[in-house]
Amino acid sequence: MNVHEYQAKQIFAKYGVPVPKGYIATTVEESVENAKKLGGKVWVVKAQIHAGGRGLGGGVKVATSLEKVEEFAKEILGMTLVTHQTGPEGKLVQKVYIEEGADIADELYLGVVLDRAKEMPVIMASTEGGMAIEDVAAATPEKIIKVAVDPTIGFQGFHGRELAFGLGLPKEQVGKFIKFAAALYKVYMENDAEMIEINPLVKTGAGDFIALDGKMGFDDSALGRHKDIEEMRDLSEEDADEREASEYGLSYIALDGEIGCMVNGAGLAMGTMDTINYMGGTPANFLDVGGQANAQTVAKGFEIILKNPNVKAIFVNIFGGIVRCDRIANGILEATKLVDVHVPVVVRLDGTNAPEAAVILNNAGIKNVIAATDLGDGAKKAVAAAKGEL
Amino acid sequence: MSILVNKDTKVIVQGFTGKEGTFHAEQCLAYGTKIVGGVTPNKGGQEHLGKPVFNTVKDAVNATGATVSMIFVPPAFVGDAVLEAADAGIELAVIITEGAPVKDMMYAKMYATKKGMNTIGPNCPGIITAEECKIGIMPGAVFKKGNIGLISKSGTLTYEGANQVCNEGFGITTAVGIGGDPIIGLSYKQLLPMFEADPETEAIVMIGEIGGDLEIQAAAYIKENITKPVVAFIAGQTAPAGKRMGHAGAIISGSAGTAAEKMAALEAAGVAVVQSPADIGKKVAEVLGKK
Repeated sequence: MNVHEYQAKQIFAKYGVPVPKGYIATTVEESVENAKKLGGKVWVVKAQIHAGGRGLGGGVKVATSLEKVEEFAKEILGMTLVTHQTGPEGKLVQKVYIEEGADIADELYLGVVLDRAKEMPVIMASTEGGMAIEDVAAATPEKIIKVAVDPTIGFQGFHGRELAFGLGLPKEQVGKFIKFAAALYKVYMENDAEMIEINPLVKTGAGDFIALDGKMGFDDSALGRHKDIEEMRDLSEEDADEREASEYGLSYIALDGEIGCMVNGAGLAMGTMDTINYMGGTPANFLDVGGQANAQTVAKGFEIILKNPNVKAIFVNIFGGIVRCDRIANGILEATKLVDVHVPVVVRLDGTNAPEAAVILNNAGIKNVIAATDLGDGAKKAVAAAKGEL
Repeated sequence: MSILVNKDTKVIVQGFTGKEGTFHAEQCLAYGTKIVGGVTPNKGGQEHLGKPVFNTVKDAVNATGATVSMIFVPPAFVGDAVLEAADAGIELAVIITEGAPVKDMMYAKMYATKKGMNTIGPNCPGIITAEECKIGIMPGAVFKKGNIGLISKSGTLTYEGANQVCNEGFGITTAVGIGGDPIIGLSYKQLLPMFEADPETEAIVMIGEIGGDLEIQAAAYIKENITKPVVAFIAGQTAPAGKRMGHAGAIISGSAGTAAEKMAALEAAGVAVVQSPADIGKKVAEVLGKK
């Protein structure tokens, strides 16, 4: 689960990670009110969406008067912001964060993420703040300092010194930076974060460090013990179909092809998409029905797949281990009564109780249902069916 | 022969009396696995599925001499369960539970390593030595005895791969579902040398996925150390790039973890890579010569 910048900063502040003062707004009036509340002469109006690159897309503006705050809030609220992380369809901006302006002397980068190879968190820092870190990694990898922290000893002074001296900070700033990094490590560990990025981390004219931006992602498996973070979930940032699917225990991701897929297991679901592609077709979606598939979930799966007008055929590919194939077969029969399945459905059921499943489907004699013997056969038939050749 | 487990392996089940634990322990017993007892706190002294229940793993190990534990406890308790198994001297913990917090696994695996305990999973189908010992949730009937070792991140692709291998007239020595979580136990790099050393295993099937760089590490290892033929499939060639907030993970591993990247690395290491999982069985037959 991801949170907005203003929410990440709320969490930072709780741990003593310095952030600029700011207030969230959903209307233009509220934006101006917030700016008045903050005082000062410079404000930043920042679009709140779950994606990076907001500045380049026109979603972050510096205002030097209350009139400008009003103008920018009007412009940004309700806009569809397109960045390199939103995809071409962009994201609707429903909230803006009004923040006090900062005195920027220098911009750094600081992040914490799991190093899967070392199996421990790693803190990354760079002098190249304000740039996309993936570009820094590609062009000048030596400018990224990585310090892995063994969680059994926790963040120690030497970790901080490696980072601070690696960044070439002057000695009067070393202590401040170590304190900052230590607090951020604590934020990461105590909240079961998956990823934290501060880009840019600003060094002010006075030599203080402040998190000008903040991105946080959390381990979904650990949300159960972080109710405060779970409450920060913004459902409007998530795809409606994917969310509906997840309520039924289905994992769904829309794609732009023609063959709908319903498969058990994420690996086999990806393998099925790959096979369709290999046979000359295009998958319309990823859909994992999981281990508890029954008539309702299968019907829901058909319903979600068929919402997509591009779907010309459906391939149901189940390798029953724990999921019994006869139950899936009955689910398909039920589903065809609940949902108008108007495209050909190729069905491959293998594994536990597969022969019984074949009998059920054959006896039912539903139009549009085509039986397949194995994965390759099923993919081939689905591709042919989508082309109207079956 | 086989790797890690066989007909003599003594197994206990943590989370023995729960719904999942009960159902799958029953299936494993029916397959022939030597389940010698189980652990459920506060139920020590009872009997379940005809086997003794203990309050702690230590009690279970002392009473039964078990060396392997199959873990079915709920996600929030997985970390504790793995730590307990390691502390009690278990040699291999097979963690089936899905949805364990990554941080818990981080600590659990560090302690397991310190105690010399191997782990498989979490979020995996488990391990099976064909027709001898099934420790997990896979459909046992698919795995016929033979000479192919199998390592897979994905559960259903493990079954798919094994089924194809058996349909081609071959069979399985041991199949291991390693899981695809950010932190997992035994991986390709540790399992490949075990299959290389196993005299019964003639070829190895390796099934991977997008994300992480375990397959890239495996490719480097295979190139230097593995003499037996390896057939590989990487799932996710057509998967869309995730809409992520940052790309910090990829920067750490130094690779984007794409299917294309992994397939190229494996091919360069002399592995027979198939583009579709439907061709796994056929490719095994091709590299070994039809039986």
